[in-house]
Amino acid sequence: MTSIDTKSMAIPANPATTSVLFGVKLPTLKLAVTIIGVALALILPFSVESFTVFQLTQVLVYAIAVLGLNLLTGFNGQFSLGHSAFYALGAYTAAIMVDRYEIAFYWTILPAGVICFIGGFLFGLPALRLEGLFLALATFALAVATPQLLRYEHFEGFTGGVQGIDLFKPESPVGALGDDQWLYFVVLVCGVVLLVGARNLTQGRTGRAMMAIRDNPLAARTMGINTSLYKSVTFGVSGAYTGIAGALGAAVAEFVAPDSFTFFLSVWLLVGMVIGGLGSIPAAIVGGLFILYVPNISEALIAQFFGDDPSAKALIGVAFGCFLIFAVYVMPNGLAGFVRWFVVRYARPGV
Amino acid sequence: MNQVSANASEASSSAQPLLQVSDVAVHFGGIIALDGVSFDVQQGAILGLIGPNGAGKTTLFNCLSRLYIPNSGDIRFAGETILNVAPHKIADIGIGRTFQNLALFSTMSVLDNVMIGGHSQSSSDFLSNALRLPWVKTEEDRLAETSWELIEYMDLMDEAYTRVADLPFGTQKRVELARALASKPKLLLLDEPAGGLNHDEVEDLGDLMKQIRDDRGITVLLVEHHMSLVMAVSDHVVAIDFGRKIGEGTPSEVQQNPEVIRAYLGTSD
Repeated sequence: MTSIDTKSMAIPANPATTSVLFGVKLPTLKLAVTIIGVALALILPFSVESFTVFQLTQVLVYAIAVLGLNLLTGFNGQFSLGHSAFYALGAYTAAIMVDRYEIAFYWTILPAGVICFIGGFLFGLPALRLEGLFLALATFALAVATPQLLRYEHFEGFTGGVQGIDLFKPESPVGALGDDQWLYFVVLVCGVVLLVGARNLTQGRTGRAMMAIRDNPLAARTMGINTSLYKSVTFGVSGAYTGIAGALGAAVAEFVAPDSFTFFLSVWLLVGMVIGGLGSIPAAIVGGLFILYVPNISEALIAQFFGDDPSAKALIGVAFGCFLIFAVYVMPNGLAGFVRWFVVRYARPGV
Repeated sequence: MNQVSANASEASSSAQPLLQVSDVAVHFGGIIALDGVSFDVQQGAILGLIGPNGAGKTTLFNCLSRLYIPNSGDIRFAGETILNVAPHKIADIGIGRTFQNLALFSTMSVLDNVMIGGHSQSSSDFLSNALRLPWVKTEEDRLAETSWELIEYMDLMDEAYTRVADLPFGTQKRVELARALASKPKLLLLDEPAGGLNHDEVEDLGDLMKQIRDDRGITVLLVEHHMSLVMAVSDHVVAIDFGRKIGEGTPSEVQQNPEVIRAYLGTSD
């Protein structure tokens, strides 16, 4: 075999690291956006009222759940309408551990992730035989069954039945931070760790294998990828992310009940994922913001135009629907897809 | 010393073919796709497998990649049966392939496609990737180095960062070949590599196949309709029709085989 000295081989420059947009190299631009984002995330909780801090915390929780769903759907090509079930499983794991076993909230986050990983992995095994719409139906069944199961009277001792379980926000151990601010930072740290983990995962050998299965499962197997294992482990990881979001969400809401985890939660996560962009990690934050704020904006908008006419309440959903259609029409591949398109269109090759 | 061991390995390889297909039969319901086909592929050879449309060539390839399970018969690779090897382990044992109608990871770049070809040559997993453990970087660098070498070899340097779906058909075929080589195969299965290529591209492909065999010592099993290409590159040709072997030999022997001529041109009576 003729060995070619790759050290002397001129590897072409990657346009993703050398192209120039607005007179700035892309990696520099990326770094700047990241720094601004981190700075905002650190400053915001000190400059807004406590209800907004609560909302921002919920945004982060949704973002983690959307990220979990995106690992499964965006990167691995498996559909799920059942992620509300993993969110519920995580939330109840945290609530039951805190309420019945008096374990400090912080120690429930990891177990919630582990239990949801196992749940996701086990569900992923039979799901191997299902594809596309059929997988969507099977996961839909999971979403429908879960609230019923949580309500089931023979489990009431554990789950609290219809009443659910109350729990309290962890108290802030830092004098300068209020309880809301403290919880915000707990969720932020979890979110950043999970985000970095997801980024590392998707950029290496594992991520390539996940995407190969999405693009062409048959060829992926021929390349030596154990597609069954990758698909079920991805289901597990996805479940774990969403379960951790559930555990954090339980502390934010200070309450878990079957009706908080209906099929609609799955749909909201799906909306957040599509609006943010399939197959993009930072898009999860956009998804979280959309899920929480766009319904609120719709409400404010209707109130603005119709005053306190009670019949106008019916129009809130219409306004939201218009926002959604507009977003999907303008950015068919989500915000991340739009950014990608913009960069390809306007970035110039650098030196 | 080297001379001796080279001769010794040559002697042993001529004693045992790299691939032995014995009496393989595949039925789909009542349809017989393969009806007891047998042939050997010698180490370092280019074997051309020909036959009219529907003769069972791709079915045989899919048996070799373990995508189909033969109803009877055996397939041995380097002396061992492959019929109990899991489909995703086929790349591991040294069998690489390309597909008739291309099966690339079309949303990903050429570089990523070739690196996925090296999946069986690497081992990092979910946890080590998520935590980006130190050795993951070493492995990633090694994989990238091999991939760049193949990208250079296949003359794909200018397209390395391009999404595969955005490339012309002929270029995609080269990407698929580079991806197959990234698994460092001992046996390369090429399913109609000349399909859809123009005259010049077909000529280049013939040279490339010989080059791959000579540079890298890779044995090639070629399914192809393009008769002049098969006859120009193959050391040995096997012809099948309706799931049965109808002729075998050197290219010129097979060209004169009356059964083969009949299968291709039809009978006059």
